[in-house]
Order: sequence, then C-alpha cells, then structure tokens
Amino acid sequence: MKINELIESHSELTDTAASKSAVVLMTRIRLARNLAAQPFPGWAKDAQKREIRDQCMQAVAALPQMKRGLAIPVETLDELQKQILVERHLISRELCHAKSGSGIVISKDQSCVVMVNEEDHLRIQVLRAGFQFKKVWATINQLDTDLEEHIDYAFSPKLGYLSACPTNLGTGIRASAMMHLPALVISSQMEKVVRAVNQLGMAVRGLFGEGSDASGSIFQISNQTTLGESEEGIIKHLHGVLTTIVDQELNAREKLLETDPNKLFDKIGRAFGILQNGYLLNSGEAMNLLSLIRLGIDLGIFPDAQRAVVDRLFIECQPGHVQHAAKGAFEPSQRDVLRGERLRAEFAKVVAPDFSHAAK
Amino acid sequence: MANPLKCDLCAKPATVHLTQIVNSKIHKVDLCEACAQAKGVTDPSGFSLADLLLKASLNPEPAGVDTQCESCGFTQQDFKKTGRFGCPACYNHFGALLEPMLDSMHKGSTHTGKVPQRALARKSLYERLTQLETELDQAIKAERYEDAARFRDEISQVRSTSDRKAGAKHED
Repeated sequence: MKINELIESHSELTDTAASKSAVVLMTRIRLARNLAAQPFPGWAKDAQKREIRDQCMQAVAALPQMKRGLAIPVETLDELQKQILVERHLISRELCHAKSGSGIVISKDQSCVVMVNEEDHLRIQVLRAGFQFKKVWATINQLDTDLEEHIDYAFSPKLGYLSACPTNLGTGIRASAMMHLPALVISSQMEKVVRAVNQLGMAVRGLFGEGSDASGSIFQISNQTTLGESEEGIIKHLHGVLTTIVDQELNAREKLLETDPNKLFDKIGRAFGILQNGYLLNSGEAMNLLSLIRLGIDLGIFPDAQRAVVDRLFIECQPGHVQHAAKGAFEPSQRDVLRGERLRAEFAKVVAPDFSHAAK
Repeated sequence: MANPLKCDLCAKPATVHLTQIVNSKIHKVDLCEACAQAKGVTDPSGFSLADLLLKASLNPEPAGVDTQCESCGFTQQDFKKTGRFGCPACYNHFGALLEPMLDSMHKGSTHTGKVPQRALARKSLYERLTQLETELDQAIKAERYEDAARFRDEISQVRSTSDRKAGAKHED
C-alpha cells in the first residue's frame, strides 16, 4: 500500500458507521517496547538507528495483522502527509520531527500502527472507535505476542519492559479514551473533573490543536503509571474512572435540559446556522460548532446517522485534511474559506433541527 | 510567611501547591507562578504530573563523580539533562539513582504485568544449547566419550524441539 492510497482509503476513525457511543469517541492503547542490547533511539548513532529500523520494520510488516498495510520510512513523507497521519491519531508529533532513521507501519484498516524509533524502538498502538477496551487490549496483546516471536525485547523480570523514559517502565502501556464532554464544559465542571482525574493518577489533555487546547470539548484521558500494576489492572482502573466521567457528562446534560433548555437549544440551533451558512471558519470554531451538533444528535435533535458524519468532520476539518482535500498548501486564512465551503456543503444535506424530542 | 516554600524548579517563592494521590501515596509539588504557567499546571485541560515529578526529583544535583554506562557510554549527567536513558543496560548501571524515583513515579517498583514468554523461552533455549556445547567440548577434550555422546544427543534433541516449534508456527 502507498501513502496516498492510505490517506484516501476508509479508516477506522473517519468511516466507522458503528460509532454509537455518545461520549467515548475512541479507545486507544499503546505499548512501548525496545530491542535488547541496543541503544534507545535518542542515544543511538544514525547508522545504528537505521539498522534497528530495518530490523523492526521488517518484523512488523511481516505480521499477518499488517498484511497489505503501509510500511514506510518517515523521511520519505512530506509535511502534509505527516500532518494528516497526526490528525488521524496514527502517529505522534514527535515522530514527525524525527530527522532520520524512523519508520511507520500502518495496517490496512488504520487501526494498528507501529512507530519505529520514536522515543522507543517500538511504539505499538491499536485504536478503535467507541468505548472498547476489551477488544483493543485483546488485539494489541496478540500483536505484541506475535512480534515477540521475531524480536528479542529488552525485559527485566523486576522492572518489566525497559523503556527510554522511566515513566513508561514496566508494562509500557498507555491506555486512553477520547471523550466528548460538552455538557461538563458548558456547565463549567471540567476543571473539577480534571483535578479529580489528576488526583487519581490519570492525565487529561485536550485532544486537538497544539498543546492542551480543548477545542470541540474533546479530551483524552489516560493512565500515567505503568509499573507495579498489571495491564489488566491498569485498564480496569482507567475504565472505572472513565465510566464515572461518562455518568457525570450524562448527568450534566440532564441538568442543562432541566434548568435552561432554551439556552442549550439556542447554542445548538446557532451552531447549525453557522455551519450551514458561515464563510470563514477556523478549525477551533469548526470543532466547537461540530461539538454542539454532536451533542444535538445525542439529544435526538438531529438524526442518529449524522453522528458518523460529525465524527469524520472532526478530523477532516483539521488543517492537514483541509489542505489535502483542496490539493495544495494554503495559508490559514485561505483554509478558513475552504473549511467554510466544505461545511456548508455537508450541512446543506442535514435536515433542520427538531427540538421537540429533547424538550421535556 | 516566615519561611515561604521555594519553587521545586527554580527556587523562587512558591505560590502554587499541587497534591496528587497515586495509590494512596501523596506527591506534592510546589511551584512559583511562572513555572506553574510554563508547565501547564494552571491549564484546566490538564498536564502530566509524572513528568514534572521526574524532573523535580533529579534536583538538586547529587555530588560525586559522573558515572557512565559501560554498555553505551551514557552518563548520569545525560540522564539529568534528558530524563531518558541511553540503553536497556543503563537500568542496571543507574539502578541506585532510579530506585527512589520509581516510588514517586509509579504504583510500585516491581513489574507485575505481561512477561514475554516466547522471547524468554528462546533465550533459555539458547543458553541451554551454549551450555551443552561447552560441556561437549570439555568432554571431548577430556576424552570422556560416553559423556560426549550423551551431550551430543541432548543437543540434537533440543535443536529438533525448537525446530518443530518454529515449523509448526510457520504453517498456520
């Protein structure tokens, strides 16, 4: 498979019709693994790095899970292609900045990705739309076990899988969920949630945009500790916290509908109006408007089938995807025009909001 | 205040005090306003306390000579600068430096999760073969031919089981 084919083809996140989950958009697990007796990527010489990359990419690409997928050195990708892969949550920004000797292997359905020579020799990652920790863990556990057949991992019975950074030591696992929490944001409860989650030893980040900008009320919540607890234990613990957050969000929605439904309907209705008629939309604003539409779908104001469209637009409104669709490099101001155009076209097809089901 | 707390990162008076509980262990960080801002502590969308704790626990500078990893040449100074190690063997060389950090960073200091069974089995098989080959050599040199024959049989047996395993794997 070539990179352009991959970008054009259907992916787990942009084309999952089964995205019925109201709050959890995506489940993701990654494992950090390293080769025994080889320097970590940050310390290896260029020649060593390339050697390690060739060995890892060959072993990974040969796995049945990666059949007919994409295996490519990072330096052969242009900036826009890399940006698109980042926007699809397939690779990290750090990997984009890697100068040489790094690689990517992506499965055909874009649900399994292995980054080679990022911070660790291997960063194995599996993602699925919806709230699916069991399935994602089963998949990645198998992938890891199959890979172990061909690669000697750096492992210590006491410290577990050895990673470049001691914060990943042990299981090397980072389990995370991408959550849509508009009602907690609207009712200003998010700060409280972030503090509580942090105190439980988990991390919360805004997902889109640079740094921790939380446009679209989308947050990523993940475990922080990796040593001293089994993978299943870590996942179970995180799952429990996430379930509580889902309940909190649903309660907050109920509360908004009870106390001031008109204010909420006004927000959703206006978002629809702007998406149908706006001409200049930057990605932050687009995300926030789409977030309100998604909330509207969850409340029965728009048809259920729209959810998959909105989830796809969350990704396709990002700068890389906008430029790719318009086939060229564009300045931010030009992108706002293109984004507006795209969203007008999409929302011209959407039926007008019906608030009667949501109103009590 | 008579004795104000100092920022963990720069030593200015600390005004932001953060507490995180991991597995009923309390971790505290004190920061000045500028460092808190820089680390994203005041950002409602969150930040990673683990990274902060890692960097903070590397200060102040412990006195003494710089130790170096024999396998890859990585130094303690390099670790303090980057917060990363140079190679898997660094975990042995810098064990003493690491041990106290693990407690504040993780839930425990001993791995209880997945073990790479296949890789370990392969390693032990390889070690067994090397051992048998050495013993075979010694037996031949000492002209203990009966022992040598036994070792030779054992080697071929170990080899054939590992081949069978590998062969079976390739078929499916």
